Amino acid sequence: MAVFEGQNGQDWRQRTRLVDVFVWFCWLIGLSIVVACLSFISDKTIWAFVLSAPQEAGDLGGRMFPPDWAYSNTLWRPLWDTFNIATLGTAIALMISVPVAFCAARNTTPSIVFVRPIALFIIAASRSINSLIWALLLVVIVGPGVFAGVIAIAFRSVGFCGKLLYEAIEEIAVEPVEAVTATGASSGQVLTYGVVPQIMPAFAGISVFRWDINIRESTILGLVGAGGIGLQLSASINNLDWSRVAVILIAILGTVIVSEWLSAKVRAALI
Amino acid sequence: MPSLFLENLTKRYPTGDLALDSVWLEVPEGQVVALIGPSGAGKSTLIRCVNRLVEPTSGRVLLADEEITALRPRRLRRIRRRMGMIFQEYALVERLTVMENVLSGRLGYVGFWSSWFRRFPRDDIATAFSLLERVGLTGMEDKRADALSGGQRQRVGIARALIQDPDLLLVDEPTASLDPKTSRQIMRLITELCSERALTAVVNIHDVPLARMFAQRVVGLQAGKIVYDGLPDGLTPDVLTQIYGEEDWLAADREYAPTGNNLVKSELQDQGRLAGEG
Repeated sequence: MAVFEGQNGQDWRQRTRLVDVFVWFCWLIGLSIVVACLSFISDKTIWAFVLSAPQEAGDLGGRMFPPDWAYSNTLWRPLWDTFNIATLGTAIALMISVPVAFCAARNTTPSIVFVRPIALFIIAASRSINSLIWALLLVVIVGPGVFAGVIAIAFRSVGFCGKLLYEAIEEIAVEPVEAVTATGASSGQVLTYGVVPQIMPAFAGISVFRWDINIRESTILGLVGAGGIGLQLSASINNLDWSRVAVILIAILGTVIVSEWLSAKVRAALI
Repeated sequence: MPSLFLENLTKRYPTGDLALDSVWLEVPEGQVVALIGPSGAGKSTLIRCVNRLVEPTSGRVLLADEEITALRPRRLRRIRRRMGMIFQEYALVERLTVMENVLSGRLGYVGFWSSWFRRFPRDDIATAFSLLERVGLTGMEDKRADALSGGQRQRVGIARALIQDPDLLLVDEPTASLDPKTSRQIMRLITELCSERALTAVVNIHDVPLARMFAQRVVGLQAGKIVYDGLPDGLTPDVLTQIYGEEDWLAADREYAPTGNNLVKSELQDQGRLAGEG
């Protein structure tokens, strides 16, 4: 913000000249970095392969077509497993993340010095590890199967739900909380009357959103043996059975579309 | 016997702001006191120090000889039941119904699980119905608080404070978010209820004419200190200048006068003054 004396009295521009030069200099550096990166990537790429990509893709497409529709009958069971992994995983995650979120939010935590850092660490730890990696670890610990998948999804979702929820708790209006406190209510009642009603819309939105994401994540857990349709997918890819891969991909696409539609409906009904 | 007694009450916020500076105040039982003063004078802090939503830095607060400032959390919650509070932005829980908001005034009397399952005693529910009738909200029980108008929300706020069956009402800018007509109605309702129930009340209020109209006693607060304490009639231009700072108080009074003529005249005077200055 620069006000200065121009020819016709006071003049105003967004920035002073010095800041203007600095901003252009930053753009110049940014652009040179992009150009340098592009040339580096280009050097490391075997362009012959990239140029033949259309043929390769066409070839793969040809092998996928026609899809092996008869195979789809055996997919219902793993699809149901996938759905259950996502739903159960989300439910468990919500049960854990609610107390964690209340401990992490500045305005509801029992202790900012001791409890809050622990809650924030749980959230960070859960978020930093992908659910596929959680599944990889859990298959070793609890053995392969649906259970490992459920726990993997739950562990990854605790951080996501906890973080969004504690941010929602920190953003609530303080006046209703003051008002409930002023009636002589106990701290539990202040939470359930002053805080909980205010975060219900956020809670509903977060749970449905995470469930929707978990449907997609649980389709790949089978790749590491944690149950669900990913198992069939990896088997078919290993056998180069592309017409089956096509059917599985179509099934996953269908499930995701249905879950997306369902979550939109639920969200609209809850908020 | 004073109902409320503030003794040398001081509050300094962690930011270093001195909100209350050794305030002494005695409010006899059944009196309605208006607390006036500019924004930031410490009115809200004073009221919140009484029920300890804000912890005073030093000094004592006594309610009918019980020392509020010395109580431990459990006893503090018990004494809070005897102090009803009404807020500027109503402070209702928007997503709960009118009935739930009113009944939340009884939270100090019911256990956690009863309140969780909304199982309030019969008597409380009957009181809630009669209070809603008294404040003019019959038939609104199941509406959500965010579906009401400003005046209606404040009426719910009043019912929530009264269902506590308090001895003392702490009222924080009850009309600041309301239009002039609704403001008068709300102030009239509050003062009527105070005299019906012989309630002591401390009312923070911006609006000097409203304070004059409804309070029995006016206390002027300026930068955390009491600079006026007396009858509403004693609010002369000099006193108002002492509380709020320099301003043409008589001109302001003329603007409040009901006839249009005066309004035009004072506007003309203003313009004349401005022209004179330019």
